[in-house]
Amino acid sequence: MTIRFTNDHEWIKLDGDIATVGITDYAQQALGDVVFVEVPEAGRHLTKGKDAAVVESVKAASEVYAPVDGTVVEGNVALADEPSLVNTDPEGAGWFFKMKIKDMAHFEALLDEAAYKSFIAGL
Amino acid sequence: MAMNNQGRDSTPHAVTVDGEFVTFTGNKALQQEEALIFELDNPGAVGVDLEAPVTTKTRLGGVKTRASVGLPSLAEPDVVRHYTRLSQKNFAIDTTMYPLGSCTMKHNPRLNEKMARLPGFSDIHPLQPVETVQGALELIDQLAHWLKTLTGMPAIAMSPGAGAHGELCGLMSIHAALDARGESHRRRVLVPESAHGTNPATAAFCGFTVDTIPAEENGRVSVEAVKAKLGDDVACIMLTNPNTCGLFEPQIREIADAVHAAGGYFYCDGANYNAIVGRVRPADLGVDAMHINLHKTFSTPHGGGGPGSGPVVLSDALAPYAPLPFVVHGKNGFDLVEQAADAKGAKPFGRLKGFHGQMGMFVRALAYILSHGADGLRQVASDAVLNANYVLASLKDVMSASFDGPCMHEALFDDRFLKGTGVTPLDFAKAMIDEGYHPMTMYFPLVVHGALLIEPTETESKQTLDRFIATMRHLAEKAKAGDLAHFQASPRLTPRKRLDETQAARKPVLRWVKPAVPASAPVGVAQAAE
Amino acid sequence: MRYLPLTETDRSAMLATIGVDSVDALFRDVPEQARLKGPIAGLSNHMGELAVERHLSRLAAKNVTASSVPFFIGGGAYKHHVPASVDQTLLRGEFLTSYTPYQPEVTQGTLQYLFEFQTQVALLTGMDVANASMYDGATGTAEAVLMAARINKRNKVILSGGLHPHYREVVETTCGVMGMDIRAQAPDWKNAEDLTALIDGETACIVVQTPSLFGHLRDFTALCDAAHAKGTLVIVVVTEVVSLGLLTPPGEMGADIVVCEGQSIGNGLNFGGPYVGLFATRDKYVRQMPGRLCGQTVDADGKRGFVLTLSTREQHIRREKATSNICTNSGLCALAFTIHLSLLGEQGLTKLARVNHANAVTLADKLEAVKGVKIVNDGFFNEFTVKLPKKAAKVLSKLAERGILAGVPVSRFYPEMDGLEDLLLVASTEVNSLEDMDALVRGLEEVL
Ligand SMILES: Cc1ncc(COP(=O)(O)O)c(C=O)c1O
Repeated sequence: MTIRFTNDHEWIKLDGDIATVGITDYAQQALGDVVFVEVPEAGRHLTKGKDAAVVESVKAASEVYAPVDGTVVEGNVALADEPSLVNTDPEGAGWFFKMKIKDMAHFEALLDEAAYKSFIAGL
Repeated sequence: MAMNNQGRDSTPHAVTVDGEFVTFTGNKALQQEEALIFELDNPGAVGVDLEAPVTTKTRLGGVKTRASVGLPSLAEPDVVRHYTRLSQKNFAIDTTMYPLGSCTMKHNPRLNEKMARLPGFSDIHPLQPVETVQGALELIDQLAHWLKTLTGMPAIAMSPGAGAHGELCGLMSIHAALDARGESHRRRVLVPESAHGTNPATAAFCGFTVDTIPAEENGRVSVEAVKAKLGDDVACIMLTNPNTCGLFEPQIREIADAVHAAGGYFYCDGANYNAIVGRVRPADLGVDAMHINLHKTFSTPHGGGGPGSGPVVLSDALAPYAPLPFVVHGKNGFDLVEQAADAKGAKPFGRLKGFHGQMGMFVRALAYILSHGADGLRQVASDAVLNANYVLASLKDVMSASFDGPCMHEALFDDRFLKGTGVTPLDFAKAMIDEGYHPMTMYFPLVVHGALLIEPTETESKQTLDRFIATMRHLAEKAKAGDLAHFQASPRLTPRKRLDETQAARKPVLRWVKPAVPASAPVGVAQAAE
Repeated sequence: MRYLPLTETDRSAMLATIGVDSVDALFRDVPEQARLKGPIAGLSNHMGELAVERHLSRLAAKNVTASSVPFFIGGGAYKHHVPASVDQTLLRGEFLTSYTPYQPEVTQGTLQYLFEFQTQVALLTGMDVANASMYDGATGTAEAVLMAARINKRNKVILSGGLHPHYREVVETTCGVMGMDIRAQAPDWKNAEDLTALIDGETACIVVQTPSLFGHLRDFTALCDAAHAKGTLVIVVVTEVVSLGLLTPPGEMGADIVVCEGQSIGNGLNFGGPYVGLFATRDKYVRQMPGRLCGQTVDADGKRGFVLTLSTREQHIRREKATSNICTNSGLCALAFTIHLSLLGEQGLTKLARVNHANAVTLADKLEAVKGVKIVNDGFFNEFTVKLPKKAAKVLSKLAERGILAGVPVSRFYPEMDGLEDLLLVASTEVNSLEDMDALVRGLEEVL
């Protein structure tokens, strides 16, 4: 499984041709207690850099952008009842949605783990 | 001398009450626990005496009636006590300094309340024949005259219900004016980063797109930054002046000229008009439209969130588009124009509200305006600005002022002075509560980190300010001395300690629901945490 | 000046602390040519309390008050008796002079009454949740239309011809500017309208009212079913909220959003404002609601308390993506509503509603006996439409000259429309005595 990151603090994990997307531990810490997540429904077409999901804490709402172009295959319904999963397990059970990537080259071009780590170290 | 063997101690003994002392009732003397009105249900009781219906005949045309509503029953004494007890859980201007920045929490004169309750104002219907409400129309006309003269603007729309509604009125006028010019492609609105949330929200509400102007280092908007954003798709700029950092925009004239030259309009958010009323006329700054929050500058009470009133003054360019209804001088006294067809050459963009506006607020505002007069209103602005600068000057060595003075009606600090203490602006604010002050506005404007925005208003005395300053200095020093625990545990002395907002948002409970088994003693303790 | 505590001595001392020699120096950022040197000309100077009272009392005296004459005007605002304890209680400074409850530890009073208000509104309308108020019924209706369009992402709106014309105009103005396609129906004074056929797959919502502008009572159950089958939402408007003490609530008919003008309970006529918009919906739509919401939670000691919640919908957090731009609402009018409804309670509200209906029935019966006068309605609550043999506006003025305020001529709302000139809306509430009614009957007999 390969993992990539974006400057907007999303992670994207590839398994076969399906990619799982969520927000990073750094992002969930910055947001504080997550109280609500709106995930995209299956079949929706996503465009890189455009809104894909919304994550809310008590005093902030943030858009989660699509890391690459593609089509949603599944939204994480568990987050509706338990948005706190984003805080407790951001890179596991707190995933947002799964998507089929349109162009693998775009995935490869994202940050790898080391690059993301050094990116947040500089913030 | 006669010995009084019933003598009582008149000096209290020193008693140590430890923090854990708990009363049987949960009450703390003057602080009463109070259940929800629904939990006080006393079946069979009633709080009003109504005469029996004169007939039992119905003419309902066959529609169904309802079985029950589900309301509780209480006699008047219990209702009055309930709401009086609730009132005792609030801070208010009447009880404490309330330096909430951007909100202008000034004294609310009771004369205003008395005047608004004159039956000649409170007991008249908006659809009465105009001949029977000449005094009401005259009052609206007088208030309109004052507001136009104070601002130097030629026209006014009186009907908006509050500041945000006034913004909508201004932007809809701009929308209509652009359409009339055949420039419906102008749909971009420039909004500085420091703007209040209602500004971008209103622009979006009108179908405009919002383009943010970045803030300058000095808290002002620069004419260069505005020029860089101008183009032939720009509808208007929404600029707050004095701005939300409490600063007068020094380049405001240049900005207005640049926007006008590019074919756009200048909407001014007048929420902070209190700082300049009687000293500066917005017309002289190139403004095309500005709302005036009567519930800020003109002392109508905030009432725990409303109602307000947000008349909008308009330039000649926008005046024809002002919404219905409006008062005009007719042949036989005052008249009310309620239909576009009667608007005589004007092209009203429509209607914003039922009826004619917030009359009750108009009466209060006019009572306040007449009390102060032109001379007094000028003094209002002077004292409001003096008070804010006094606070700024007296605190800037212990708290971090975001910008050099002088400021206008409010003093902006940020959280740099708390750096390394672990104390957040929120903690600091909560510690103020225990000292008996309502906190200042926190985390707004967004352009400085951890904003603390203090607006004392002109109705605080020097004595009150001195005590406030001493308290703030004390708390700032306490924070710097490392007493983090004190701040984090604040407030301790309020009817409720810090509330769990995460739980409230994750599992919203937005109404009471009748429990399956009635709760026993309604003491308000955790029982309903479902 | 009585509202300004600073003395000259204070001012000099404060200027010294600041380090400037005059207040003018503090205004140095104001462009030179915009600085006024003295008080603005042409306006009066400050006045004592007595002088202000005299001035305003003179204006007030020029108006004819509703209580001083036989009074039958409704049309979206109703004359009711408000118990004295309502106003006396809300005048407590802790309610009157506090701000929006942003600091929950020191505003539990406001928050708790808002929670009670939300519950009362939900109970009255038969809905799941209600917000903490809108400016008024008309603005609430426009917000409801925008909310419906957000929910089903459609653009077409159908407005019933029974909807109050001010509400229609506010929807046309505020939703029209957003590019919505608004189909307002002709005034439905005969209660003949059937909107079902107009609903299609593009319709975001239909807006209906009961009692309608003309006083007709409607059951929208079938209409709701038809709308839902097409994915269309139904917004039910109630301008006379006392009617909900007697009639089936819109929630039971299947409404998706209910908007009411709450003035009738707790609030005076005030020449049209401030009033209070009630706004209720289903749980599933709560995140699309406009306005503030108060929610229950616990404090650090586990005690029940209240906070403003789901604020990420609102302008101060979501800015241009907010569900509405509303900030200041009608808080104190909501308190008046809550106190009055608490005094009424279950028994009082139902009785009040019955008294209103009984008075209207009695008046209708009396008016029907007048030659040439017809009651248009089959059913009504406390207001109905009268068809006169002459122009209603003329009849109304003649009655006003005789000291009777008889109602609202429909032509005041629809001046250009033919066929409505002889219609008069007449309301009768608990404040109308039999003598008032007889005075109206006599007056009509004289002027017709
Ligand atoms: C700068 C500013 N603009 C606009 C508003 C909105 O005014 P209102 O609450 O009356 O709608 C406020 C009020 O808080 C404000 O401070």
